[in-house]
Amino acid sequence: MSELWQHTAGQLSALLGTGEVSAVDVTESVLERLRSVEDDVKAFITITEDEAKAKARKVDEMRSAGEDPGPIAGVPVALKDIFVTKGIRSTAASKILENYVPGYSSTAAARCDAAGLPLLGKTNLDEFAMGSSTENSAYFETRNPWNLSKVPGGSSGGSAAAVASGQAVWALGTDTGGSIRQPAALCGVVGVKPTYGLVSRYGMIAFASSLDQAGPFTRDVRDAALLLDAIAGQDPKDATSLPIDHPSYAASLEGGVDGMRIGVVKELAGEGLQEGVKIRFDEAVSVLEKLGAEIGEVSLPSFEYGIDVYYLIAPAEASSNLARYDGVRYGLRVDGEDIVQMNSKTRAAGFGPEVKRRIMLGTYSLSAGYYDQYYGKAQKARTLIIRDFERAYGEFDLLVSPTSPTTAFGFGERTDDPLTMYLSDICNVPTSLAGAAAISVPCGLAPEDQMPVGIQIMAKALDEPTMFRAAYAFEQSFRGRDSQIFPELVSR
Amino acid sequence: MTAPSAQFVTTIGLEIHVELKTRTKMFCGCPVAFGGEPNTRVCPVCLGHPGTLPVPNEKAIELTNKIAMALDCEIAPHSIFHRKNYFYPDMPKNYQISQYDIPIGSRGSLDMEVGGESRWIGITRVHLEEDTGKSVHVGGGGRIREAEYSLEDFNRAGTPLVEIVTEPDITSAEEARVFAQELRSILEFLDVSDVRMEEGSLRIDANISVEAPGRSGTKVEVKNMNSMRSVFRALEFEEERQRNALMNEEELVQMTRHWDEKSGVTIPGRVKEYAFDYRYFPEPDLTPIEPSIEWLRQLQEELPELPIAKRRRWMEELGLGPYDAQVLTSSPGVSVFFEETLEAVKDANPKQVANWVANNLAGALSDTGERFSDLKITPSQFAELMDMVASGEINASQGKEILSAMLLTGTSPGSIAEERDMRQVSDRGELEAVVDEVISNNAEVADRIRAGDMKPFGVLVGAVMRATQGKANAAVVTEILKEKLGAS
Amino acid sequence: MPITRKDVDHVARLARLALSEEEKAALEEQLSKILAHAERVTSLDTEGVPPTSHAIQLANVARSDDVVDPLSRDDALANAPAAEEHQFRVPRILEEEE
Repeated sequence: MSELWQHTAGQLSALLGTGEVSAVDVTESVLERLRSVEDDVKAFITITEDEAKAKARKVDEMRSAGEDPGPIAGVPVALKDIFVTKGIRSTAASKILENYVPGYSSTAAARCDAAGLPLLGKTNLDEFAMGSSTENSAYFETRNPWNLSKVPGGSSGGSAAAVASGQAVWALGTDTGGSIRQPAALCGVVGVKPTYGLVSRYGMIAFASSLDQAGPFTRDVRDAALLLDAIAGQDPKDATSLPIDHPSYAASLEGGVDGMRIGVVKELAGEGLQEGVKIRFDEAVSVLEKLGAEIGEVSLPSFEYGIDVYYLIAPAEASSNLARYDGVRYGLRVDGEDIVQMNSKTRAAGFGPEVKRRIMLGTYSLSAGYYDQYYGKAQKARTLIIRDFERAYGEFDLLVSPTSPTTAFGFGERTDDPLTMYLSDICNVPTSLAGAAAISVPCGLAPEDQMPVGIQIMAKALDEPTMFRAAYAFEQSFRGRDSQIFPELVSR
Repeated sequence: MTAPSAQFVTTIGLEIHVELKTRTKMFCGCPVAFGGEPNTRVCPVCLGHPGTLPVPNEKAIELTNKIAMALDCEIAPHSIFHRKNYFYPDMPKNYQISQYDIPIGSRGSLDMEVGGESRWIGITRVHLEEDTGKSVHVGGGGRIREAEYSLEDFNRAGTPLVEIVTEPDITSAEEARVFAQELRSILEFLDVSDVRMEEGSLRIDANISVEAPGRSGTKVEVKNMNSMRSVFRALEFEEERQRNALMNEEELVQMTRHWDEKSGVTIPGRVKEYAFDYRYFPEPDLTPIEPSIEWLRQLQEELPELPIAKRRRWMEELGLGPYDAQVLTSSPGVSVFFEETLEAVKDANPKQVANWVANNLAGALSDTGERFSDLKITPSQFAELMDMVASGEINASQGKEILSAMLLTGTSPGSIAEERDMRQVSDRGELEAVVDEVISNNAEVADRIRAGDMKPFGVLVGAVMRATQGKANAAVVTEILKEKLGAS
Repeated sequence: MPITRKDVDHVARLARLALSEEEKAALEEQLSKILAHAERVTSLDTEGVPPTSHAIQLANVARSDDVVDPLSRDDALANAPAAEEHQFRVPRILEEEE
């Protein structure tokens, strides 16, 4: 019999529902696993053991009192430390918020709490979610459980690594230009970037407001659907959250891909891919084909410059979103003679190099005389990318590509050249710019380095049901329902 | 080489900020109020905490649309919020949510009268934004540059603020004052703001430049004008300063100047080292405002009659003079009071009532600094007083005395008149006896009148009034005197 | 168009970042490189293409004018780096607003 921490959330929910196990049992098992491998993985900035146990007890008490705590209550969760949590330090992996203890909770965290999920802790990330390797955390690097000398991807590297290593049954991350999907692929777990506006952004420390979106990391597709069901839905505190009644995603898994039209995006699935990524991706496509999907190729020329559009828009919004960290109301302060000095020294000391770089880039592209050339132009190019998607979805139900052009890379390999690092997200930014949905599902290990590869399944906005259906069908056929694969946590 | 002053052309544009009278702030549910203990009306949203998001107040959007409509603006079918980025410690996010290229209202006008002539002042834009907090400068006499440090109170941060910008259509300080007063009246009639300049719920800045033949103007921004009177004084000062500079061939520099009420001069502000670069971009946290035609139609229907229309109507229908009409439409308080008094009077005519409200009542209030909304007396009590005057029960000076008492106590004019034994004596028999006595005591004067010299007539009337402690009905006294002295 | 040191200085001032000389030199080069890579966007013909600032179209989202209890004053100031008389204390302000 395997340990409780090895089970998926779906399995644990069933056990908890029948009373075979208690939420305290599950939480303690996971916490024990968390502690035993944390020194290797370094996924957590803050571990909230007491809170997790208290919540688990509460869920158990509800069940024993005959109350219904909800279908997934008692399955512990980890949150990327960009979700603000009341009374629990929330840092965005930045020195500037090192001692920030918020007086309120993000809607996503509150919904996890309302669903009865004990909070294990706050996971590491690239500072303010800016990065693709979690190396930009102001605190420490998180290691890829498949090979501890490799990065977990980013920016939600802590959440991805925690789920991959069994330190959490599931976790939440945020995705602005690939920050859920890319680390999910690099760590061999499922990651979902929902349609923009499906999950409230309230209390999610903002990076690029028109792109940021929260989503789940899980070990299988069913869990991803379950967790998204729990956190999705309109929030009066977020004016951009969608006023819709979303269908149950967990109820949308069955049905298969027979007759589904799936397009392989030429610009994302051809040149520039690592060989093993290409091999595993092609195999995955042929699995879908065998399952009855109609596979075709589609060329979306605007995707070629998606990364450039992204790096003009996201830093611009970030430069404004991060202006509030000024040493006046909360967070770090470095004293200065006058207010300008105090602000400037605080920000210089509180932000890391990547954050400074993006603030500078964004400030520049918005500044007088450059707006039309950069930000304004990028917004128009964004329209062209959306139009390309619309054209593709006229022909296809879903689009696919590798989630990342490479498998996990080594520490320091891309930190010298920001541009190379930025290109890690090349497959992910078009969906973000279009506000649409995408999921990364593991599709095996690259032969050359035995590191995970993910297939990205993209759907048009709000078509998560179709996306989940295909992802689930693929997963079932690819690795079988009950496989619990955990990496060995070694350096290679 | 001096140009005659007639050749100077003054160009003024105004930028007005109006705090809206909503219950809550623009983007969060914190209550809006003036003053109070610092940092007691704040929340994570208006303190700009990480992860918080703005959600706009629908009432503020509605009120802004009303202002735009009242100023005859085109209402944008699709308008959006922008972020205006600059650092300032009283601004929690270090950007202000404002509007930029697509404001709610644009291309409107305000119709006003200056010296009996109609003037249309163009309204460039009406947009909605959020107010900042307040800084208190500690040390250095409270002056910003000499202060040791500052303290920030964010109670005001996020209060809905409407910015109204005029075209440079204003040509004198007097016109600017009239515009500002007219706009304040409109805002009061719309019931969208407290419009109290002393509390900052109405703030007026101006751009002014004076041109001479062959010399183009230099735009100077004038700030810190904290009353209608200071708008006039500051702009008059600045106009004169620029004229003098032009006459003396001195160079004028584009800058901001601050009005100093005490010394009556504008003082140059600090010349900015760097040009501002606000890096405006569309606010991604908010959705566009797209008012439906039906909603706009409904708002239009709800608009009250605006002061200038009311003024013109009353001048035409009631025969009011321009001064009275102006005073009676300067605020909804006085206007409603006048209307309700008119409805309640029996004998008094509208002109008489208008005159009393505009002069005696409004005058008494402006002496105490009170508003019509603070009045202790009701329109029906005032109507009773008007009827007492009109019917001759009391005379005008008694009426004024009673009014002062009413304003203090709120009691009815009838009871005050009774208490003070102020009923006017109109009884002929009673007055004839007094008149006879006055004539015999002033035989010489009486003879002159009998001989046809009416000049000293008033002396006799005055003597009768004195003899009756002012209670005699002057009209009856005049009548009796004329009869007795055979004068006509 | 490459970024100059003057641009870096200007932008650092706008963004209130006290950067070291080394940081400025690195940024001058890195930003130039990133913007050069973006040239295929900046040189794109977007004649007649409307800009997208929201990928998902919504309009008129607003809340009713109802009061929500504000924070207690202690909570409001709980994270303040410096406070005095229930206000946030800041060093002197040299420039007037706007």
